[in-house]
Amino acid sequence: MMRIVSRTLAAALLAAAFAAQPAAAADKLRIGFITTLSGPTGIIGKHMKDSVELALEQLHGKVGGLDTEVIFGDDQFKPDVGLQVAEKMVKDDKVQFVSGIIWSNVMLAVAPSVTEQGVFMIGTNAGPHELAGSQCSRLFFTTSWQNDQTPEAMGEYLQKQGVNDVYLMAPNYAAGKDMLTGFKRYFKGRIADEVYTKLGQQDYQAEISQLRAKNPKAVFVFYPGAMGINFIRQYDQAGLRGKIPLYSSFTVDDTTLPALGDSAIGLWSSGYWSSELDNAANREYVSAFRKKYSYTPSFYGAEAYDGIMLIDAAVRAVKGNLADKAGLIKALDQAKYASTRGHYTYNVNHFPIENFYLLRAEKGPHGVVMKVEGTIFKDHKDSYYQECKMK
Amino acid sequence: MNLQLVLEQFLNGAQLGVTLFLMAAGLTLIFGIMNLVNLAHGSFYMAGAYLAVTFYRWTGSLVLGALLALPATLLVGVVIEVVALRTLYERDHLDQVLATFGLILFFNELIAIIWGRVGLFINLPDWLSGSVQFGAAFAYPLYRLVIIAIGVVVAVALWYVVARTRLGMLVRAGASNRTMVAALGVNIRLLYTLVFGLGAALAGLAGAMAAPIYAVQPGMGDPVLIQAFVVIAIGGIGSIRGALAGALIVGMVDTLGRAFLKPALATLISPPAAQSAGPALASMLVYLLMAAVLALRPAGLFPARGR
Repeated sequence: MMRIVSRTLAAALLAAAFAAQPAAAADKLRIGFITTLSGPTGIIGKHMKDSVELALEQLHGKVGGLDTEVIFGDDQFKPDVGLQVAEKMVKDDKVQFVSGIIWSNVMLAVAPSVTEQGVFMIGTNAGPHELAGSQCSRLFFTTSWQNDQTPEAMGEYLQKQGVNDVYLMAPNYAAGKDMLTGFKRYFKGRIADEVYTKLGQQDYQAEISQLRAKNPKAVFVFYPGAMGINFIRQYDQAGLRGKIPLYSSFTVDDTTLPALGDSAIGLWSSGYWSSELDNAANREYVSAFRKKYSYTPSFYGAEAYDGIMLIDAAVRAVKGNLADKAGLIKALDQAKYASTRGHYTYNVNHFPIENFYLLRAEKGPHGVVMKVEGTIFKDHKDSYYQECKMK
Repeated sequence: MNLQLVLEQFLNGAQLGVTLFLMAAGLTLIFGIMNLVNLAHGSFYMAGAYLAVTFYRWTGSLVLGALLALPATLLVGVVIEVVALRTLYERDHLDQVLATFGLILFFNELIAIIWGRVGLFINLPDWLSGSVQFGAAFAYPLYRLVIIAIGVVVAVALWYVVARTRLGMLVRAGASNRTMVAALGVNIRLLYTLVFGLGAALAGLAGAMAAPIYAVQPGMGDPVLIQAFVVIAIGGIGSIRGALAGALIVGMVDTLGRAFLKPALATLISPPAAQSAGPALASMLVYLLMAAVLALRPAGLFPARGR
């Protein structure tokens, strides 16, 4: 008698547990955030992770009104590792959104795989032109920009200024070549020379000597991470900082300014965001970030923060019904949230149509920051959206 | 292309050569005398840079920081030798590669844990920044000239120690025939530890001098290590003379290649082709040189005699 009761009880409990599970799973929002947390570029991942955690804190752990779990993954700057991490997030952790990704090569491996499995990919940095053009997807949105747009802005500015004899430098790999191509798309003046250096090179003295001998009117470079720190400091030590104006993309930003210090003062850059950008959402974000982490956030942080806020607005719009994919796409497309860059809209390829500003590194009360000196492009569209078949 | 530019590039090559010499001298001694393939040599370079930054922050003086970093790096070297490497002397080279590669990973993470991943920087003091005027319009950074000068001084000091002192005699004998030296009753263990410490200190000096001009971050020693191995392959293992010759050759070839290969190619093939071929070829140049030297003189240019 007792055996029958206990077995029935056990069966009933099991049934209840199974019945309870699907309902609980639908109520919880799971976001997989992939970034680089190890290695020399781990500093960027730190900026992004800190921003995501700040966003979660501000939303009291509820994105879109649902209890949220953010699962962080480390792609180690490798596409195959990033793909493995994404697969685990989609298959085992059953996330409804995958977000993050710094590097274009990792994004090109992860995004198609994620979207093919019916999961949303909210990119927060990498903007390879393939995903803006022929490989655009309904389920892919980004809060950053298309890679070429930032050097395009720099090229446009120098073209408008009528500067000639510009000296170009970048590392010899895909992104380096893309940056200079983007620059030359809008800059039609005379180019003094185009120099490609070894990826990861530390000593630029030889190239700086060549540059000095050519005596250009301006220099444009793309040197991300440690390469940028080395180049900028050596440029300064060679005495060129005050002599030949230096313009750059992704070289002088808030991840490298702590290491560059005064050697960055007076250098120009272009970007869609700056910690000094003056709108309500950004002022709040930057001051809350500085208060919590005691350092100035970079654009990597701002776009990661925007990613969470975008998901929040979209999930709110469908009232937490995560099964309504069509509704989510519509809501994401409207971008009805207070972005740290101010208001923007999405193009047909789900890349933002946004402003690009002229930035200059200057010393302020919080150290050296990127001050906004003007607007180069207003509501700038990328150059690949016409290849996208979505309407 | 003018004489001034060529002269400037020669100085750049000399400066790179000097840095490589400091790395290669220690590496070649360790490899030649102790028959130990030490992949962790780049980590001593990195340790020297980080210790220099730390001491600079304590004392406020770059010179004092660098001077303190030297014995500190020597100590790190001695500790590593006693704790991790003593058991490896009798082992196969591949075992040594595996173990010292593990040390590289260990050091990179240890540095990241202690100092963080963000690049550190130190500013040059005013009396070291600025340029020296050579003639009318050519100015060269003062600090790089100082590096060349220090390198020359160290090279001379090293030559004196190796050629004119008892310790140096033991070092040369050990490089020629280790077994004989041990059989003659010399305390080979102590010699090994001293040589290892000296090698680490030289690498640390290179790192300390590099700290103001390069990004100080985890993994900064790895590219330098690879170049150092190329240098000792070209120069000959176990010989300081070979390290000096190899370092200057590699420094010059690398610098002049990066600077002049593309313009030189542009006279032979079309400029856009030279645009892509130039940088690719320039980065390969040093390895092509090594392959050529090894094909003609497998033991290197100035090998230590005997075994």
